Amino acid sequence: MQLTKAVASFSPRKRGEGALAPARKKLKVPYLFIFLCMSPWIFGIIIFTAYPMVASFYQSFTKFNLIDSPEWVGLENFHRMFFEDSDFWLALRNTVWISAISIPLRIAFAMFTAWVLTKPKRGSSIYRTIFFLPSMVPTVAASMVFTYIFNPAYGPINRGLEAIGIKDPPFWFMDPKWSKWGLILLGLWGIGDTMIIYLAGLLDVPKSLYEAASLEGATQWQSFRYVTLPMMTPVIFFSFVTGVIGSFQYFTQAYVASGQVNDYSHAMYFYATHIYFTAFRAYEMGYASALAWVLLVITLVCTLIILKTQKRWVHYPNGSLFK
Amino acid sequence: MGSLSERITIQMSNVLSHLSDEKIIEIEHHSKVARRKKRWHDFLEMVSNHTLLIFLSTIFIMPLYLVIVISLMNKGQAETRSIWPSPFMWHNYVEVFTAVPFLKWTLNTLFVSLMGTIGTVVSSVPPAYVLSRLQWKGRNTTFVIILGTMMLPGQVTMIPVYIIFSKLHWIPSFLPLIVPSFFSSAFSIFLLRQFFTSIPDEISDAARIDGCSEFKLMMRIVVPLAKPAIAAIALFAFLGSWNDFFGPLLYIVENENLWTLGIGLNAFQGLHHVQTNMMMTASALFMAPVIVIFFFSQKVFIEGVTLTGVKG
Repeated sequence: MQLTKAVASFSPRKRGEGALAPARKKLKVPYLFIFLCMSPWIFGIIIFTAYPMVASFYQSFTKFNLIDSPEWVGLENFHRMFFEDSDFWLALRNTVWISAISIPLRIAFAMFTAWVLTKPKRGSSIYRTIFFLPSMVPTVAASMVFTYIFNPAYGPINRGLEAIGIKDPPFWFMDPKWSKWGLILLGLWGIGDTMIIYLAGLLDVPKSLYEAASLEGATQWQSFRYVTLPMMTPVIFFSFVTGVIGSFQYFTQAYVASGQVNDYSHAMYFYATHIYFTAFRAYEMGYASALAWVLLVITLVCTLIILKTQKRWVHYPNGSLFK
Repeated sequence: MGSLSERITIQMSNVLSHLSDEKIIEIEHHSKVARRKKRWHDFLEMVSNHTLLIFLSTIFIMPLYLVIVISLMNKGQAETRSIWPSPFMWHNYVEVFTAVPFLKWTLNTLFVSLMGTIGTVVSSVPPAYVLSRLQWKGRNTTFVIILGTMMLPGQVTMIPVYIIFSKLHWIPSFLPLIVPSFFSSAFSIFLLRQFFTSIPDEISDAARIDGCSEFKLMMRIVVPLAKPAIAAIALFAFLGSWNDFFGPLLYIVENENLWTLGIGLNAFQGLHHVQTNMMMTASALFMAPVIVIFFFSQKVFIEGVTLTGVKG
């Protein structure tokens, strides 16, 4: 997989491949020790990854309710998914919609908050702590708090919005048109951990580049556009890929929020929610496995497309990631 | 910036030495004005930066502030959109323990999280060690596979894993939440390996020549040096299972005695005698440990997050 190669080469400089390497070759490789050390991972990957992948691939062609043994049905699950299951299309539409908006928004907001943090000469660590704090809040608690404070009847947020002159503020989680925006805001509130990675990236940009830009009379915007942004493309690329992978697994926030309000129109029904309900409420394990495999294929295709485009826009200061 | 402006000053003084005295006085006057202007400009910039930062901080803090104030209101007031409790209902924080089995949920969550943390650390250090400190055939392939599993959506493996646990009659119990963590976490291996590779090889080589066994080398030399990284993975593992909702939703939801804070809190509304203000009280108590941990370990934390990013 190309993607994994990309991440593999994010590792720091490789040591020990210089002068000391020949000396170490004389030492015997302790294969027994290596096997013993790797064994938790080896057994783990067999029990919790390799076997389940094979099993769920097989199950995706079966009808299976957990009690009776799986019954082979060929491609029926996939036929049902694409032609008969309107919930599948609803979930897919909702997921694509929220990803298309929240992934770019998250990247922009993480970049912005990180950039603001690099500005002041003193006191930025206090602000950094404050910006980071919400990302620590347990997802369930954060989702419950948001549905409560955004409640149009007794949540204080709409009162605040009315106070600054917004008449008829949205009903947020109570309104199918706005509930996804509520979830997006919830995601932006917890931007902290992404922001830290952006901050590290921004602090890594050599000062000399900015000095050169300012000597040539670049405005603040120009030095951002032509120095900061190109230097940040590897970080943006990374969070773009992880964002796409993550958005198809978006579950807890939507599940908790739609449990708090009555989400009658299923505006917060996403792909992962559909898999959960199919598998663990309806106990249609075969069909749920088929849904999961389609999710894997969609994720893979999206990731490959992003990887294909990266040559055009990702700038690696030390040459390409692909050796 | 400092060195650059100094250099410019030196060059300027070279130029100035060729000028007449009156000219110099005139230029000095100009530069004084310029300096004053610059100081004023710097001051304005500082004010605008901090204004923006304070504005953003207010937004980030607002939900946390609201949780705390609403958690201190009585039921009636909690439904009036007010933003300051009157009267202060400190009693909410006592009542929440009697209204719902809050203590039990907390202990359950703590137990699962601690066991998960131990499992992750114990089973991730050795693989990370051999993947970074030893040269062997297939090492890089193994590492690529580990990274690949990190990208794999959990939904694909979820159903067969659930079936395994149900065949073992482990549902509902804590075992499905704890046991997998004893089989290494790809993310922790990745993070530890990043750190282990930065420890100089010379240390290991010296110990090896003295006849130190690999196991001793790992436990006595590399692990103590890697304390910050191990602290980071322990912290991530703890928070990961403290905040986990999906795992408990699959495996323990059927038995109320096993409920964790996340499951309990989500079920809050359906429980008897529970009011909305109490929901905020419980949320505040759910967040509190995490926030306290964060303040004590901020450095470990931020370094850990950075280590997983694209730096290096």
